[in-house]
Formats: sequence, C-alpha cells, structure tokens
Amino acid sequence: MKSWLTTTDHKRIGLLYFWTALVFFLIGGLEALVIRAQLAKPEGIGVSAEVYNQLFTMHGTTMVFLALMPLSAAFFNYIIPLQIGARDVAFPRLNAFSYWVFLLGGLFLNASFVAGPLFGAGHLSVAPDAGWFGYANLTSRQFSPGPNVDFWLLGLQILGIASLAAGFNFIVTILNMRAPGMRLMRLPAFSWMTLITQFLVITAFPVITVALVLLMFDRFFGTHFFVPAGGGDPILWQHLFWLFGHPEVYILILPAMGIVSEVLPTFSRKPLFGYTVVVYSGVLIGFMGWGVWSHHMFSVGLGPIADSVFSATTMLIAVPTGVKIFNWIGTMWGGQLRFTTAMLFAVGFIGMFIIGGLSGVTHASPPADLQQTDTYYVVAHIHYVLFGGTMLGLFSGMYYWWPKMTGRKLSETLGKWHFWLTFVGMNLAFFPMHFSGLLGMPRRIYTYGPELGVTRLNQVSTAGAFLIGVAVLVFLVNLWWSRRRGEIAGNDPWGGATLEWAISSPPPVYNFTVIPRVENRLPLWQTEHHAPMAPLPATPPAPIHVPGGSWWPMVTAVGLPLMAIAALSHQLWLVFVGLAVVIAGIYLWAYEPFEV
Amino acid sequence: MAPSGRRLRLLLTTVLASAVAGCGGPFPQTTLAPRSDLGAVVDTLFTGIFWWAVVVFAIVEGLLLFVIFRYRAREGAGPPSRLHGHTVLEIGWTLAPALILVFIAVPTMRTIFATAAPAPAGALRVEVIGHQWWWEFRYPELGVVTANELHLVRGRAVQLEMTSADVIHSFWAPGLGGKRDLTPGRTTRIVFTPDSVSEYAGQCAEFCGASHANMRLRVFVQTDSTFAAWAAHQLTPAATPVRGSLAERGQDLFAHGACIACHTITGVPQARGTVGPNLTHVGGRTTLAGATLPNTEEWLRRWITNAPYLKPGSLMPAMPLPDDQVAALIAYLQSLK
Repeated sequence: MKSWLTTTDHKRIGLLYFWTALVFFLIGGLEALVIRAQLAKPEGIGVSAEVYNQLFTMHGTTMVFLALMPLSAAFFNYIIPLQIGARDVAFPRLNAFSYWVFLLGGLFLNASFVAGPLFGAGHLSVAPDAGWFGYANLTSRQFSPGPNVDFWLLGLQILGIASLAAGFNFIVTILNMRAPGMRLMRLPAFSWMTLITQFLVITAFPVITVALVLLMFDRFFGTHFFVPAGGGDPILWQHLFWLFGHPEVYILILPAMGIVSEVLPTFSRKPLFGYTVVVYSGVLIGFMGWGVWSHHMFSVGLGPIADSVFSATTMLIAVPTGVKIFNWIGTMWGGQLRFTTAMLFAVGFIGMFIIGGLSGVTHASPPADLQQTDTYYVVAHIHYVLFGGTMLGLFSGMYYWWPKMTGRKLSETLGKWHFWLTFVGMNLAFFPMHFSGLLGMPRRIYTYGPELGVTRLNQVSTAGAFLIGVAVLVFLVNLWWSRRRGEIAGNDPWGGATLEWAISSPPPVYNFTVIPRVENRLPLWQTEHHAPMAPLPATPPAPIHVPGGSWWPMVTAVGLPLMAIAALSHQLWLVFVGLAVVIAGIYLWAYEPFEV
Repeated sequence: MAPSGRRLRLLLTTVLASAVAGCGGPFPQTTLAPRSDLGAVVDTLFTGIFWWAVVVFAIVEGLLLFVIFRYRAREGAGPPSRLHGHTVLEIGWTLAPALILVFIAVPTMRTIFATAAPAPAGALRVEVIGHQWWWEFRYPELGVVTANELHLVRGRAVQLEMTSADVIHSFWAPGLGGKRDLTPGRTTRIVFTPDSVSEYAGQCAEFCGASHANMRLRVFVQTDSTFAAWAAHQLTPAATPVRGSLAERGQDLFAHGACIACHTITGVPQARGTVGPNLTHVGGRTTLAGATLPNTEEWLRRWITNAPYLKPGSLMPAMPLPDDQVAALIAYLQSLK
C-alpha cells in the first residue's frame, strides 16, 4: 500500500492512471445511460431539468478530462519510457504529482454530486450544470448563483495543473531520455503523437486556465470580464474556450492515432506506410489545430470574413487527417492481417473516424453548419470522433499493451464480444443522431415533444447506448478474467517491432537490463535491410540504481483541492492552509535526499 | 447540385430516417424542407457537400473493406510486402482531398457572402429579444409587441435584429433557415424571405439554463392581407370585459395582483411590467409558456397555478390561488383575443 502511495515508477503510475480513469469512464458512462433513458421517450420525466443539465455537463467534462485524457496518459506513462528505451520518465516525482493532482481533481469535481447538503441543498443539486463548455454569461453569479459552476471552474483548474506537469514531463522525457541511436525519426509513431500531444497540452491549457481565472474573478471578486452589463463580453469566453477547446480535440485524438499506428503494422506484419508522412501530418495537425477555433462559433455572427477564414482553415485540416487514413490503409495493403481484438478495434477506429471526419467537413461550411450546430447532428459527429475514434483507439491500445502491463493477455473470445457489441452499439446509438439532428432536435434538451417525430430515432439511440454498456461490462469481465487465467504473454506476444517488446512482461522496475543501442526504426524486426536487435541479457550485468518512493508529490497535490474547497466555502484561512501545504510539500520535495 | 440531386438526397435521408424511425413524419422542425430563400441556398450547399461526403465515404470505406478481406492472413501465403511508402501515392492522396475541398470551399464562400448581404429595401424589421425562457418580438415600424409567436409575410424579406435580455440564446426556425445567436450587449441579424404560407416550429438552440428545452417558438407566415389585419389588431388596446362578467373579475384580480409586476396589458394602466411577455392579445395566441403548451383553459389553469412545474426555473412563481380566482383570470386572459 505504502509503496503504491509513494511510487515514482512510471509503470505503477501508468496503472494508477488506468484504473482511476477507468472508474471515471464508468461514471461518465452511467451519466450517459441516464441521459439516454430520459430521452427514450418524449416528455421523459425520469430526471428533472436541473438534474439532466448536471448530468450532461458532467458527462462531457468527465469523458474529456477524467476518462479519455487520463486513459491516454496511462499509456504515455507505461509505454513511452519503454518505447524510447529509458529507465523512467525525466521527472519521476513530478509524474507522481500529476497523478495525485488528477485523482484529487476528479474526486473534487464528482464530490459535487453529493455535496448538496453542505450548501443547504439536496443531493444532485450542486454539480456543474452549465455545459462542459461553460458559456458565459450563463456562468455568471447572476444566472448561476449556486456553487455548481464554482465546482467546475475550480476542478478544471486543478486538473489543468496535472495536465501541464505531465506535459512538460513527457516533452523532456521524449526529447532527452531516448536510448542511444533513437533519433527523432526513429521514434515509434505512438511516441511521436504523444510528443505532439504534449506540446498541445502545454500551449492549450494555459489558455483555458486564463479563461477560468477570469471567470473565477467574475464570480468571486465581482469583476466583469464576461458580463456585458459591466462592459465585458461573453463572446470573449467563447474565443478563449475554443482556442483551448480545439487543440484539446487533437489532444484527445492524436494519442489514439498513435496507438493505431503501432497496432496496424504489428498485425499486418508490415512497417507503417509512409512513416515520415504520418509523423509530419501529425505535426501539421498540431499546428493547424490552433487556427480553426471559431468554427465552433459560426452561429455567433462574427461576420463573413471571419466565417470564411475559419471555414477554409477547418477544411484544410481535413487534408493531413485524410493523409493519415490513407497511410493506415496503405499499411494494411499487401500485409498479412491478423484480426486480434486489438486489430479489430484499430480497424474499427479507421472506419468510424472516417464517418466523424466526413460529418465534420459538412459543418466546416458555415451556412450549412447554421442548420447543424447545437443539434444532435453535432452530437453524432463528436461521438464518432471521440468514441468511434479516441475510445476505440484506446481499447485497441488496451488489448495491445495489456500483456505488457500485466504479463497476461486478455481473452480474445471475450475481446471479440467486446468489440462487436461496442461496434454495433455505437452505430445504433450515434448514427440515428445524424437524423434526429437534421430533423430538428437540438442538443442539451431534457425533454422534447412527441410532435417532433424523433421518438423512434431516440429509442434506437438509447438501445445502442445500453448495448455499449453491455460491451463495457464484457470488458470488465475480461479484465477480471485475465488476472488469473489470461494466457502468459512472454516478452513479445504479438511480434511487435518496438523496444517495449524486447523486455519481460511486466517489465522489471529498471525496465532494461542494459540500455539498448537503436540502429533503425524497427529494432525487433527482420527486414531486408537489417536483422533484429540482439536479445538483451536476462539479468543486469551491473546493479541498477532505482530511486525510492516519495510522499511529497502526494502531499503537495493535497494542497490544491484544499485551496479549492476554501474558495468554495469562502474560508480565506483555508486558502492559506492549502497554500502552506503546497509550499511545504514542494520545499520538502526539493530537499529530499536523492538516495532513499 | 441540381434540384433533382436535392430531391434524391431528401428521398434518401427520409427513407433512411423512416426505416430507422418507423414513421414518415411529419417533422415540423426538419432542416431538409426549406421554405425561404436562405433555407434554400443553405440546403443546396449542404446537398452538394453531402454528396461529396457520400462519394468519399464509399471510396474510403470500400478501400478499407477490400483491404480487410483481401489481405487477411492465410496459410501458406508468401511474406508480406515490405513497402515502406510511395511518394507519388502520398502526393496523390494529399492533392485529391484538397481538390475536393476546393469544390466545397468555393460554393461555401459564395453562400457566406450572399447570406450576409444587407436586407433589401422594404424589408420587414423585427427586433427579437431572448429571455429565459421566452421570445419577445417587436416590430419597430408597426409598434407591435408580441411573444413566442412571430408573424411574417410571404414573399417579403424580413430582417431579424436580435439581442438578449439575459444570457446567450439562439433563434432557430429550421424551416426558414439557419440559426443565429442572441447575445446580450450585441445585435446580430439574419435576413430571409419566407416563400410559403404555413406555420413553422422552432426553438432556442443555445443552452441557456434550466428550461432551455422549453424555449420554443412558432412562426406564422401569412399573406400580406392576413398579416396586415393581424398587425392592425395587435395595435388595438386590450379587449374590455363585459360588465359583471367573470372576465371582468379576472381583470380586476390581474390589475390588483402580482401579475402586473411582470406583464403589460395595453389598456390596463396598472399592468406595465416588462419582465414577462406582453399579454395584451394573449388570448389570440395558439400557445403558452414559450410555445410549449397549447393555449387552452386547462393548460392556462396549470400554468397560472404552478408555472415552475411546467417550466423549471421559471421566473413566474407558483400561485396557489382559490379556484374561483383562477377561473376568473383564465376567463379574462382568454378574452384578450
């Protein structure tokens, strides 16, 4: 127990990220199922308008910040040091700090569901309820007087710290900790996409932090950044939020693209087609992702010039995305495809992401988007991108790397049930939403009239959502089953090309007995140009020093939610207690003897 | 895209939707049956993009399926190809999507600028003010003020000049064209010419708080003469109830009760509130409560006695009045044709 609380081992932190994010994924999924149950019939009365608004706000916030990002982070943590041939990340204690801040931030946000009595209200009454996008000026004290929005803006600030710390950590790790010979253009594709993602994290999160701080000032100190009556501008919020929000979309999708770029070559027995192009198109997406944010705002009325420019940049970003898809198909072309569960999810990712990408192009056109934005058509789009894309990619990664992380394979039989139930379920759930949107159903409504004609479509969506729920249960059973009965994986169960498959599963705490020397992009494969790398010695030829654990990352992390609780309850003294904990934690951390 | 293409697309989506939905409508808020010039150009644009998307979808998904079936691992097959890349192919599949996007971008830009053009001379101006959770419509040239039910003229351009009294809302009547946000402190506009006499349903499209789902609207597109008659009637003061009638008692209750804090009734000097909808001719409207309820005696009763139950978060409080007083108020409000 103590060893897990104080761990600085990237592999253990990766597992902590995985299990924590999985729990949040289940919570976010339950929220989605309640939403779908409510919409299963017109004038549904399962939950009130107020509860419904909390559920969709928390569903979006949870899935983006507490499920998809940290599930990617689980793989960053576990896999990146192994792929680049390192013993750990550059800053192991900072890594632990990121995890604890993420955990506490997630708990803080979700505590809002049961914190009502502390504020003289019932349960399910003070959770964030202004949407995951939190548009001003609905979020102002005047229109949202309760602590709901406070939970949201404080929770997201906490989570931002976790993301930023991890972002810097992985950039330094990938740039500085590579094994000898691992030049940038020999980096595995997943490591490349991670590197790009982390640059987006460290540049995009400051933007939302600024927006959240301004909102906090508006709500706590009576400033008027977003309050029109005081000379502020609610549109400023939209610009800041989407200036963060669109890079965030790529923060969510690029890691999944990286996973797919690992899984496809392994199970096609072919190198990634156009590696260089895949890498550069990722870099290009990272840059271009900064120039498209106002396509979330076509209905604002920014004027024809702005609409045209953002429309053009948005269409352009489809090009590098399309290039990736063609390169993945090129990877499979002429290969010997083995349809393991990991491969099924990777191929499913491509098939579903194409649909999400194409519907994206239809609302890159502002006049067309004016009929689509804020309707279920867009709900369909984002779920094809973030579930059909990111989530299928992450499932692919789970089946692919689970043997490395635990030493045992997941069941292929259960895995195939998991895949097909997910695949059928998601298409039943999300495809009809294109129609309900085009037929006039706006999003974020807790009720609709029978006269709208979308009842049956919604019932199909609800059935599909529950099918996804069944699929997730199958996955949980699979995780449980594999603990004792999963097939022993050995070093390399799939015939992978990258360094993580050169060592035992799970790897020893020091990872590599000797740091390998990397001569090419596919070190473990026999190609026409080179032979596979020589096996590493089974035991380290010399003792390897591994740093011990530390309490201080966790202690420091505890100070942050303390300050947030202080702000929520308007207790100035508690702010200083939290601050003191943070400062003391950092001080003791900094002066902790290196050898423990 | 030719009109036949649009019909085909309409047919395709309707068939698909019907297959899934098990019914063929009617769909009062469909975006696929535009009845204005704005709706038509938007629909033409979307139709074009839709077909490009269908073509690309078919090609890429087809390619994917082909690869899946053609190259699955087989016993005794030779070693997989070691092709690492192909420059010509890379250039090709970069340029091809870019080229398709040109065919989407050019009509898009044209439509953006065409739909941003100022209103033609003689256009009807309507000020639209969003409230949590109802719509205020003011016709500055006519002096008419009404709520939730917008009356327009067939064949006459209209310019909606929109703002909000509280938070951001979005005006959306799908049959008449795309949506536009209503932002406090700004005025946005949207211009279109309705082309068919009909009734259209719409609703707020930007999340605006607890009862966002209950902020709906109706648009009545009328002939010139019907509209003129409606507007002239709207300018008359409220009907005066017959002496000794139940409605007169209702007027008395209204004028001396809480109602006047929020509602205006022209002709009743005490009733000058502006927080809620103008009720001068409320009896002539077809709906209540942000166009969510039919304007009938029963729904009026439920609305007056417990508005927050029907519209969560409603500023109008529940009013547990004695039955006879509620009946009097209903009689009065229904008399305000």
